[in-house]
Amino acid sequence: MAWTREEMAARAAKELRDGYYVNLGIGIPTLVSNYIPDGMTVQLQSENGMLGMGPFPYEGDEDPDLINAGKQTITELPTTSYFSSADSFAMIRGGHIDLSILGAMQVAENGDLANWMIPGKMIKGMGGAMDLVAGVKKVVVLMEHVAKEEKKLLKRCTLPLTGAGVVNMVITDLGVFTVGKDGMTAIEIAPHVTREEISAKTEASLRFADNLVQH
Amino acid sequence: MAKVYSDATSALAGLLKDDMVIMAGGFGLCGIPSLLIKAIRETGVKNLTIISNNAGVDGEGLGLLLETRQVKKMISSYVGENKTFAQQYLAGELEIEFNPQGTLAERIRAGGAGIPAFYTKTGVGTLIAQGKDEREFNGEKYVMETGLLADLAVVHAWKGDTEGNLVYRKSARNFNPMMATAGKVTVAQVEHLVECGTIDPDHIITPGIFVQRIIHAAGLEKKIEQRTVRQRA
Repeated sequence: MAWTREEMAARAAKELRDGYYVNLGIGIPTLVSNYIPDGMTVQLQSENGMLGMGPFPYEGDEDPDLINAGKQTITELPTTSYFSSADSFAMIRGGHIDLSILGAMQVAENGDLANWMIPGKMIKGMGGAMDLVAGVKKVVVLMEHVAKEEKKLLKRCTLPLTGAGVVNMVITDLGVFTVGKDGMTAIEIAPHVTREEISAKTEASLRFADNLVQH
Repeated sequence: MAKVYSDATSALAGLLKDDMVIMAGGFGLCGIPSLLIKAIRETGVKNLTIISNNAGVDGEGLGLLLETRQVKKMISSYVGENKTFAQQYLAGELEIEFNPQGTLAERIRAGGAGIPAFYTKTGVGTLIAQGKDEREFNGEKYVMETGLLADLAVVHAWKGDTEGNLVYRKSARNFNPMMATAGKVTVAQVEHLVECGTIDPDHIITPGIFVQRIIHAAGLEKKIEQRTVRQRA
């Protein structure tokens, strides 16, 4: 049985470490903040200029001056700091952020990532995604394994890239995959999902780890 | 020289002309110079190139200048929230230059700091790098990006004094401090206008040298784009 969105987010939270500074993308990655283990200190960065992002406000406490990069109202914490967009991306580009978890349209076996444009369709822009994948120490993609029968783990991305050779790990509803110099390796498989199903839904050359975990 | 003007229209007097380049601060609708944008709309100045992270929404922020077709080109990182924008863009009436958000922020910072260009690894190996100089430093590839300047920068701050020193509030800071440095003329709207000496000099984010004109945006109505809340336990 494939993982749900919540289970995918919970699995991604296992990549968090005490003391990490983390940027979470919009969509499933945002859910990861619900699974930070008790006792672990993690500061969430919002690229519009905030470290130490708190939860959504209670109704009536919304502040138009306090939003995250998805333009949602949020709250601050005792650890919070605010800064300009230039300082924010100095943090990101300068390699000071430990982990970026974001969504994708396609990931290739060489770590290429495409998540910002589909030629011929209205292009909204890349926002901060290109800076995040180029600058953050570890990049984890959180996405559905296939989209409407279209494979997303590919030999080469067919869509314009967000970053070249930037992805370190992919977590899908079917499993967990590392991306390294030797290509893509399945290290974990969701409950009741078979190697055959994963192989059939993956175009990238895929190796199954010797110590593969079948959940 | 007095920097304080009575309202947005008088603060912009003599500064606007067709085909000019304007920087406008803000992220989404947060920290946008809303009164100054409305005053720009009222003058009817056109063929503008606007440098701003986003393009407002329908009926708010830079969306107001799109409705009246005063904008020729946007330099932005993300423009997803605007139907008017999509229509004009798909009809070929509006030009857009997408910049990665961090590259946009740094181009503005560099422009204001007198740095004509810099190298970044953002966008290497993507469409963004096409036609741009690439160099290797310490075995890694970087792409050259140029600094950005504007004829006019319009910014929003929480508090300002009569010298033009500015303080921002929470995430409404965003692009405003860099843009204040990169406009040939910078006009600021502030929610609280105070006498010099009121703001602790250690707390000033934008020194007054970067701000030529300032207006008091009293009782400003600030919009929320995505109202998200949690339930009380």
